[in-house]
Amino acid sequence: MTLPMERHVLVVFPHPDDEAFGVSGTIATYINQGIPVTYACLTLGEMGRNLGNPPFATRETLPQIRKEELLASAKAMGLTDLRMMGLRDKTIEFEDDEKMVEMMQNLISDTNPSLIITFYPNYAVHPDHDATGRAMVRAVRRMPEEQRPTIYALAFSNDSKEVLGEPDIVHNIKEAAVQKMGSMRAHISQTAWMLEEMDKRLADGETEAENWLNFERFYTYDFSKDFE
Amino acid sequence: MEIVQVDRLQELLNNFANEDVYIHLETTNGAYAAHFNENVFNAGAFIRNVMIRYELGKIAGEAPHRIGLKLPHGWVYAQGITHFELDEHGRLLMAGHDQSGKLAVALQISKTPFTY
Repeated sequence: MTLPMERHVLVVFPHPDDEAFGVSGTIATYINQGIPVTYACLTLGEMGRNLGNPPFATRETLPQIRKEELLASAKAMGLTDLRMMGLRDKTIEFEDDEKMVEMMQNLISDTNPSLIITFYPNYAVHPDHDATGRAMVRAVRRMPEEQRPTIYALAFSNDSKEVLGEPDIVHNIKEAAVQKMGSMRAHISQTAWMLEEMDKRLADGETEAENWLNFERFYTYDFSKDFE
Repeated sequence: MEIVQVDRLQELLNNFANEDVYIHLETTNGAYAAHFNENVFNAGAFIRNVMIRYELGKIAGEAPHRIGLKLPHGWVYAQGITHFELDEHGRLLMAGHDQSGKLAVALQISKTPFTY
């Protein structure tokens, strides 16, 4: 599938591996089409719980491991503009709201994106996800309407389909499946158990698991149904 | 990290007593706990780089162990500690990992501040 042309795509998530399952195929597809992509990752997932038993890392060594994994994921996707924003995992919602909006404004003015991909505020489960989406929506809302980039938002809370309906954007990313698998495998410290499950489901011929490597879904953020 | 050896860990706890130390204390059942199971009441607590001085540090119980620090005017304790390590920076890292390898509790003591 050839995705519609974009000037620049800005992807903003709070954790290394947030891009892997839901967006890495889309990122790789844009890159394959020659469209510049910037991925700003707000934290290094310092508070990740998967440390193994016996442990392969400590609370203090995990950030460096996840940083290496993030770099490897970027490499797998072919991404060259990766920005690590230096915040701490699980604290985004407690940062000054205005500071967060400014961070997003700076990313927008720096990259001049026609499309932004982030989380859908209030439907993205993890407090950091919701806080990231909130800050981005606020930053874009303050722009003159005709200058606003489109926002593709990810939602996966248990009530998201009930409230928001089905995602209106479906990308067939099959041609980038190898790159997507590379991104998912790059984050092995955190994704091992999910990948194990996926391999099993693929072996059982489950279509839902196959879908993971074929489709990625987003909601176009609609300011007429703003979250606040 | 390695499985807690009571005598060794007790000795390390003694080494940090009666001086100013920074602590990291965390309990968690994960940001997704209530997403995967709506019956889970999700609670946790986190403090990092708070300076304390304890007069007595003690390891108690069978594995998973409990660690208690008695302060001049209060207490710090953690329950469920399975592993420990004195890391290359001389920091005492203690953690409790569940059967699936997920961290459930961490208590760390250092003479210098932990990173951000």
